[in-house]
Amino acid sequence: MSSLWLPILLAVPVLGAVVVALLPKGADQVAKQVTLAVSLVVLALTLVMAFQFPSAKGDRFKFAAVYDWIPSFGVHFGVGVDGIALVLVVLSAVLVPIVVLASWHDADGVRTADGTLITPKRSVKTYFSLLLVLEAMMIGVFAATDIFLFYVFFEAMLIPMYFMIGSYGGAQRSYAAVKFLLYSLFGGLLMLVAVIGLYVVAGKSTFMFPELVGAIQDPATQKWLFAGFFIAFAIKAPLWPVHTWLPDAAAQAPAGAAVLLVGVLDKVGTFGMLRFCLELFPDAAKAFTMPIVVLAVISIIYGAIVAIGQSDMKRLIAYTSISHFGFIVMGVFAMSQVAQSGATLYMVNHGFATGALFLAAGFLIARRGSPHIADYGGAQKVAPLLAGFFLVAGLAGLSLPGLSSFVSEFMVMTGTYASKAHGSGALTVAAVVSALAVILAAVYILWMVQRVLNGPTAEPVKAFKDLNVREIVVLAPLVALIIGFGFFPKPLLDVINPAVNQTLVNVKVDNPAIAEKGAGQ
Amino acid sequence: MNPIMQAPTIEYGTLAPMLLVFGAAVLGVLVEAFAPRYLRKVMQVPLTLVSLGGAFALVLVQVIMRGAPTEAVAMGAVAVDGPSLFIWGVILVLSFVCVLLVNDEGHFVASAAAVPGSADEEEAEAAGGAHTEIYPLLLFAVGGMMLFPAAHDLLTMFVGLEVMSLPLYLMCGLARRRRLLSQESSMKYFLLGAFSSAFFLYGTAMLYGYAGTVSLPGINKALAGGALLDPLLLIGFAMLGVGLLFKIGAAPFQAWKPDVYQGAPTPITALMASGTLVAAMGAVLRVFWVGLGNLDWNWRPVMWAVAALTMIVGAVLAITQTDIKRMLAYSSIAHAGFLLIGVMATFDKSQQNAGSLSAILFYLLVYSFTTVGAFAIVTMVRDPGGEAGHLSRWAGLGKRSPLLAGVFAFFLLAFAGIPLTSGFFGKYAVFAAALASGSESGDSLGGWMTGLVVLGVVASAVAAFFYVRVIVLMFFSEPAADGPSIAEPSMGTVAVIAVAALVTVGVGIFPQPMLDVAHQAAANLFIR
Repeated sequence: MSSLWLPILLAVPVLGAVVVALLPKGADQVAKQVTLAVSLVVLALTLVMAFQFPSAKGDRFKFAAVYDWIPSFGVHFGVGVDGIALVLVVLSAVLVPIVVLASWHDADGVRTADGTLITPKRSVKTYFSLLLVLEAMMIGVFAATDIFLFYVFFEAMLIPMYFMIGSYGGAQRSYAAVKFLLYSLFGGLLMLVAVIGLYVVAGKSTFMFPELVGAIQDPATQKWLFAGFFIAFAIKAPLWPVHTWLPDAAAQAPAGAAVLLVGVLDKVGTFGMLRFCLELFPDAAKAFTMPIVVLAVISIIYGAIVAIGQSDMKRLIAYTSISHFGFIVMGVFAMSQVAQSGATLYMVNHGFATGALFLAAGFLIARRGSPHIADYGGAQKVAPLLAGFFLVAGLAGLSLPGLSSFVSEFMVMTGTYASKAHGSGALTVAAVVSALAVILAAVYILWMVQRVLNGPTAEPVKAFKDLNVREIVVLAPLVALIIGFGFFPKPLLDVINPAVNQTLVNVKVDNPAIAEKGAGQ
Repeated sequence: MNPIMQAPTIEYGTLAPMLLVFGAAVLGVLVEAFAPRYLRKVMQVPLTLVSLGGAFALVLVQVIMRGAPTEAVAMGAVAVDGPSLFIWGVILVLSFVCVLLVNDEGHFVASAAAVPGSADEEEAEAAGGAHTEIYPLLLFAVGGMMLFPAAHDLLTMFVGLEVMSLPLYLMCGLARRRRLLSQESSMKYFLLGAFSSAFFLYGTAMLYGYAGTVSLPGINKALAGGALLDPLLLIGFAMLGVGLLFKIGAAPFQAWKPDVYQGAPTPITALMASGTLVAAMGAVLRVFWVGLGNLDWNWRPVMWAVAALTMIVGAVLAITQTDIKRMLAYSSIAHAGFLLIGVMATFDKSQQNAGSLSAILFYLLVYSFTTVGAFAIVTMVRDPGGEAGHLSRWAGLGKRSPLLAGVFAFFLLAFAGIPLTSGFFGKYAVFAAALASGSESGDSLGGWMTGLVVLGVVASAVAAFFYVRVIVLMFFSEPAADGPSIAEPSMGTVAVIAVAALVTVGVGIFPQPMLDVAHQAAANLFIR
């Protein structure tokens, strides 16, 4: 008996997108309202589903639905969520309505406080229908239990984002959009070879993920296929040294699209590592642990140092994300329950924190017309509310205790520190080195906050209006979530932990709770 | 030897689709000869469309009522097997669609014999002259396209090749605008094509010298017991290969493609890029599989290099192109390389054969439909002097005609193989077949097939760059002040684009029915 929850969750935004796209010319206001309504319906459905999750039937993948799609290739329309996928679906569903509201005027032609036009008027309904298509694909990519279906969403979701950056972004938008697309496409194509290879070598004539777990036994084959998947995910995540597309794309994208790009799309990379790289190719994952952790630590430190040197707010936030993704990757490959749960939690928290920071920065940029930090100063006096939200979002970015990112970063570091997965001490060193990033984070965030909010009020900043109701409605829920999950992460962890345990069973790592008592691996 | 000449037996029923097309072509010539000028077009268009539609119906009848024959017909000259019937069906639909494009006003010269820019030309144009011969010529070309991949011996195949090519040489020179470019393309295509035909024929003679027969299964039989390093065989096989690879535009025999595609009238380019490629690919499959199957240790490594080179040359040179038709030509070269991966996957000795063959048939179908759609759109974007070929002229098209640019972008994404387009499944099917064949024990290339697929993937990524560049131009650039105009499309053009888009979307989302058709066509393989 297939559950209809996830197919409906996918269908609603697609239908919404079609409706919005077919609206007559000039019905911009209606397009916005329909998009907002659709995204709120999706959010409501997702939340109802999430609350039913603990009591839902199914071993690992709940709300599972499997239909034949292309029998010749063994491809199914297979969807279902475990705890990890569920929290990421919820993250997507929460962020989309917020982004819709935040982008309300983005396609109308953005004017600064003194009336200069930053971006010209563009097609409103195209923007919002792309947004809804993207939402369907974001939900689909996390919910897919068929590897081929996952690949289809993984690649297809590039297209709406490509058009959102390319058509609605800043001055360098077409360069950034092409760079984004080509990087991702290249990784995706390598993954395609690995996907086919997995199918051929496993010889099971199906792409269903549960049936393919443990299907590849030969260690050499595992390594090749692992590499195909991992490179694609590393580009997506992005990990140093294939990260260079992200600062360009995030800086040029409109603030709303940047939130989804960094907050959700990039999570597909880390999610893919946890779900596919680890469980399908456990031996290869263990063999490659140290090189990958080294890359992750480089990302953590490198991203943080480069962030300090940025003069453009959006680029700065993008580089901080590279540092944070380093933490997530490190947590995933630390092969301990605490670190992996922390990494998963980090994916969610980073989505909220970076989302809030991007949006607050976007509101600043919409007022001043410039992303350069040097063009600001003293914004706190003229727009105290905006400054307050910006500060809280920034503090979440540096993982201040009491805010949600702290919990996850702490879990990743302690989990990695204590992990015995890779012999004695190697991961401990990685955890210690990565802790340096905490100091660097304080530098890049606080220095930016200081230059933007404090000091003498710059002349153009004096014309700033504080947040209007729409903008408060955009930022308030995110900040509430950041603070809420900062003090009480248990609901999320309760959902995530069983899924992570299952992952570790499939990877054949002893539960670290036992490992720490000296059982070893 | 039997001293008495026997009358040949011809299975008219089985050959009916091809005979109908040729018969209609001959009728068309008679119309040209006897009908008054003002009636010719009125008579030619329905004649052409009805014969193509009828031939397609006959193919369907053959498939549904009788199934594919298991023996070669016409005294072993023509093999109407599953793959042949599939290819016939595809070619007939494609040529039907191309006739709708040909039928549009303004693509063809009023008087081909007039010197470009001369008073004669102006006069002919003012008098409303038109070359309605184009319709019978096109039918002959289509008939040749049907015979070429179905031929069961090398001589019949040569006849098919020539019947297909000669009308195409002629039609390339008939563009109304940019006459000199068109005539140049016609001349180049003719000379190079003549060379390649000569190679083909010479190779045929050499193989006859080796095997004592021109029949494909006969050659294969001779290979099974004969010396495999006989110079006659090696020279013959190499020359035959050159002739065939020229027709699909594989590197290093690809040089004609960009010039010819650019100069030819766009409807004819569409026909060449789809129909000719499908036919030639069918012929390549048949020769290398049925005729040279026992020589696979010799030709597969060569084919490996050709496929790799073709993909790289096509993808890399396309980046530097500034003309939309030249870019599509190089894209077609790159796709020929992907198809050659499929050809190599098709030859191995186990069950996979049928799977690989169906993959390549499927690829041919999806690629050719998208191609026709893309060229149909090219005909609509016009400057005062003809089609707006230069890429810079396409800047900002997405702002001025979003629908047209959107559909074109969609076709480009299909060429690039993005999921949820038909092109993705085509590419997937071929790559999967290649990896599967390489992983079988006893495959003569083994791990090299994986290498080729990785190379194919890298070439796809490079190719994606130039497809995406056009999208960037159309959507993310500001329109030029004196940009090209969008021709008011005729019903025919709209129908062509609609069919192409429907196939691209439909197969992109639900590929299973088409896969089933391709699979059935490939189930019994070629007649050997």
